[in-house]
Amino acid sequence: MEELLSLAVKAIFVENLALSFFLGMCTFIAVSKKISTALGLGISVMVVQAITVPTNNLLLNGLLKPGALAWAGFENVDLTFLGLITYIGVIAAMVQILEMVLDKYFPPLYNALGIFLPLITVNCAILGGSLFMVERDYNFAEATTYGLSSGFGWALAITAMAGVREKLKYSDIPDGLQGLGITFITAGLMAMAFMSFSGVKL
Amino acid sequence: MGLRSFFDRIEPNFTKGGKYEKFFPIYEMVESFIYTPKTVTTAAPHARSYVDMKRIMTYVVIATIPCILFGMWNTGYQANSALATLGPDAMTGWRIAILQMLGITMDPSSLFGNVIHGFLYFLPIYLTTLIVGGIWEVIFATVRGHEVNEGFLVTSMLYTLIMPASAPLWQVALGISFGVVIGKEVFGGTGKNFLNPALVGRAFLYFAYPASMSGDAVWTPVDGFSGATALSVSASTGYEELAANGLSWMNAFYGVMQGSFGETSTLACLLGLGFLLMTKIANWRLIVGCMAGMIGFSLLLNLIGSETNPMFAMPWYWHLVLGGYAFGMVFMVTEPVSASHTNVGRYIYGALIGVMVVMIRVINPAFPEGMMLAILFGNVFAPLIDYFVVQANIKRRAKRHV
Repeated sequence: MEELLSLAVKAIFVENLALSFFLGMCTFIAVSKKISTALGLGISVMVVQAITVPTNNLLLNGLLKPGALAWAGFENVDLTFLGLITYIGVIAAMVQILEMVLDKYFPPLYNALGIFLPLITVNCAILGGSLFMVERDYNFAEATTYGLSSGFGWALAITAMAGVREKLKYSDIPDGLQGLGITFITAGLMAMAFMSFSGVKL
Repeated sequence: MGLRSFFDRIEPNFTKGGKYEKFFPIYEMVESFIYTPKTVTTAAPHARSYVDMKRIMTYVVIATIPCILFGMWNTGYQANSALATLGPDAMTGWRIAILQMLGITMDPSSLFGNVIHGFLYFLPIYLTTLIVGGIWEVIFATVRGHEVNEGFLVTSMLYTLIMPASAPLWQVALGISFGVVIGKEVFGGTGKNFLNPALVGRAFLYFAYPASMSGDAVWTPVDGFSGATALSVSASTGYEELAANGLSWMNAFYGVMQGSFGETSTLACLLGLGFLLMTKIANWRLIVGCMAGMIGFSLLLNLIGSETNPMFAMPWYWHLVLGGYAFGMVFMVTEPVSASHTNVGRYIYGALIGVMVVMIRVINPAFPEGMMLAILFGNVFAPLIDYFVVQANIKRRAKRHV
């Protein structure tokens, strides 16, 4: 239990997907104009992440790993080369389902997220989460914790970013930097503040 | 009135249509530094108050005076004590030459000698900060057509006070450039930034040049002398060891220890705090939140305890007096621009910083000092805290009028 807790803290703060790995930057920057939208997207990413990482973990251990197909009589089959396509397939399916759910039950959020909802499919933070899971060889419990908490960390980062950007509406930003330019600078400065966790050993 | 009429005579050159129209910010800077600005509110509502930006910023600078004076004495005292143990071989450099030329004693027990020695370290850093930062301010003001703001006086003073005394001047210049340009001017100048510019500059240097911004050798500006800060001593051996090294709590409270210029003395910071609270420049809610967060979280960690990490056992009154906690709380947490703006938000914002500073000091072995990063972290979340406070308020009031 303690191990899972420290894994969660690590995934949220120390190895924040957005601010220390800079994954999922496209949506991080494009959808962080309003706090309410950013919060919605953050929660969506968290949900997708919390479902896909454990699912991919099951697929990896049950089908793809060398020897994983022993129950079907194929001891020597190694399907890990199908890894990427499997993970992406799972993610795409999950996003489709999430989209339908949002469309039915939360239409305002669905409309606010617009094109960025389907784009979660190709959000590098989501695929990154699954690939980190493979690389670090998590078991199922760890994968679930990691998926949920890394998604939470990303959501936290994008919401904080949206908060700062709402405040920056009152700023007087030079013409050349308006829009994306100042957002990149802001993201960099935020990453510097998140450096306070780098080096934490749990 | 010679000066006033001089200003009145040259003013038309700088106003719209004048010969030096472009340089109006510079004229305005000098004029409003010497005289009260003439601008008055033309549209209602008319609230009568003498507290304008200029006065606020001047008050903050005044509040740092105890820290400056004590910082000079302490720097000189540490340097002189190091010289006394190392002997005459270590007496190199232009500062020593000046002291010897003027016949000023380098005896650590002499108040005057210590202050002068410390002053010789303070002055170059402060001048570099003022000149380099000032140039950036003027460039941006001229090009973008806004006024040079008194806020820079505060930024430069705070920035100088959180520098280690041995910081190379080119790094000082680089840091203040980063702080002023990236931390403030790209957002449009004073009041429009979301991070504290002095801390941005300091954090930039901290990550870019860790060798001359942290460690044991940088705090006392004497070659070959290394003295660890009280926090890194307690991080490696536990706070009980401080007493064995000759640092009692009272001494730490007065500030006779290794550290950056102005941050060592909790007493001097508290004097400044008294002034800021009396003049209502600092908001007391931020202080309450910050203290509560720090005390609460360190008590919790005391309770949890740890076999391997001696920092867990450090009581809150040691956290208060060591490192930059007091200085950061008094002068940086209370900075109104980057803090939360709602009253409830101020408690939360302060508490977040208080918790973060203890967490970084205790749990993160990479950074023995935590105040700088904790405040930056708080700055990032301040707007979000405000948002949720405001939303909660809207919800509460909406419920009342169904």
